[in-house]
Amino acid sequence: MDEIICVNNASVRFNIASERIDSIKEYFIKLMKRQLMFQEFFALKNINLHVKRGESWGIIGVNGSGKSTLLKLVCGILKPYTGTVELRGTVAPLIELGAGFDMDLTARENIFLNGAVLGHSRKFMKEKFDEIVEFAELQGFLDMPIKNYSSGMAARLGFSIATVVRPDVLIVDEILSVGDYAFQKKCEKRMNELLSGGTTLLYVSHSVESVKNLCSYALWLEKGEEKMRGDATTVCDSYIKALES
Amino acid sequence: MYWLKTRLQSFFHYKDLLVQLVIRDIKIKYRRSILGYLWSVLNPLLIMLVMTAVFSQLFNMRAPNYPVYFLTGQVMFNFMNEATTMASNSIVLNAALLKKSYVPKYIFPVAKVSSSLVNLLFSLGALWIVMAITGIKLTLWFLLFPVVILELYIFSLGLGMFLAQAMVFFRDVQYLYGVAVTVWMYLTPIIYTKDILPAWLQNVLNWNPMYYYVEQFRCTMLYGQMPEPFLVLGGIGFALAFLLFGLWAFRRSQHKFILYI
Repeated sequence: MDEIICVNNASVRFNIASERIDSIKEYFIKLMKRQLMFQEFFALKNINLHVKRGESWGIIGVNGSGKSTLLKLVCGILKPYTGTVELRGTVAPLIELGAGFDMDLTARENIFLNGAVLGHSRKFMKEKFDEIVEFAELQGFLDMPIKNYSSGMAARLGFSIATVVRPDVLIVDEILSVGDYAFQKKCEKRMNELLSGGTTLLYVSHSVESVKNLCSYALWLEKGEEKMRGDATTVCDSYIKALES
Repeated sequence: MYWLKTRLQSFFHYKDLLVQLVIRDIKIKYRRSILGYLWSVLNPLLIMLVMTAVFSQLFNMRAPNYPVYFLTGQVMFNFMNEATTMASNSIVLNAALLKKSYVPKYIFPVAKVSSSLVNLLFSLGALWIVMAITGIKLTLWFLLFPVVILELYIFSLGLGMFLAQAMVFFRDVQYLYGVAVTVWMYLTPIIYTKDILPAWLQNVLNWNPMYYYVEQFRCTMLYGQMPEPFLVLGGIGFALAFLLFGLWAFRRSQHKFILYI
């Protein structure tokens, strides 16, 4: 009963026009010439995913297999074309660290802006401010505009803000590759802490090792369709085998 | 009713984001300038002085207190122009955010119209300086001006939301709208008075929403008398009609934004 993520028979369809049309003139010319044809493209086809509270799922597959699309679907960024998606609880999407950063603002200002994007109040962010800065190890860089940060520093700040609360669902998309080794370890440790605290994890990575480390189940996508699901180790091993053959 | 309730709840939940977005716009505008926020008042004041000097000389209008006549129109039109133009870009410019995290999409046009409202308040400061210098006598009707601004805010929000969603699909909108606004400005009695227009053009004015807001605003600031009821009703009517239209258009297409930005 305690299913926190419910994806029922969901498909995501993109219209890829043969060329991108974004001006009225082009639109009418194409309309007149009857070239306004869209190729339908299903990024996900009939996906079912039922995740219980506290489970951790890894999603694996080659580039373009629909992994990120599935995460965006669960977050609510994308709407399913058919089927339904339900998520019961709070979610911290780590799809791109610091997506809400404004390059011209300082780190201090961005902490509040990014917190607000995640739905936290200003008061809450004030309370957690020191904790965030400490975890990101950015003391002394707080009044510098983010545009002067290295990508690793920005990622550290983004991860630190996103994981400051214990969300019901943590959605992680291939984000830890930018930080240095020490920070990657620190992030994995924080994610493990969240997991043992009852957070549900959806995790996308090309590193099969980290999927095996963090997740108990795995879903293997191929061209938008489910290829295999089950125990993380079994699925990862068959995935590697398929890639090597 | 249920739909409205959940909407209001989510709006309340994201009110801090709205505040942060407005603060961001204002902070960035005057960053790295020595006078900083002083520019917020100084900039409109200087522009007003130049425009007033030019137009008072060029158009020797019979309007009493021409500087204030002109500036009241100018301030209102500028607010609408800035709010709708910035709102029209708001979805496209925040593409990165919309693609990577879930936030209600309407928050971006609302934030832009609201930051323009803050700029308007600074311009009002400048306007009041000019009014004090030219010795306007205020009446109690002055207290009505927030109502006029609220009407214009709602109108601009509706138009801004319509433009923002149209812009996602057709980037031409920004250029077309730029031209339309210029025509619109000359069709609004800002630099001239209504009575110099031929009769048929005066009738056209009745279909120009900005005419209602500018005239009401002048009643509160310049004429010191009650706005005629048809101005107030017309102003509220246009505001609500545009808001509903904007919301409808925005809600209808917002799920498709992600595929085009």
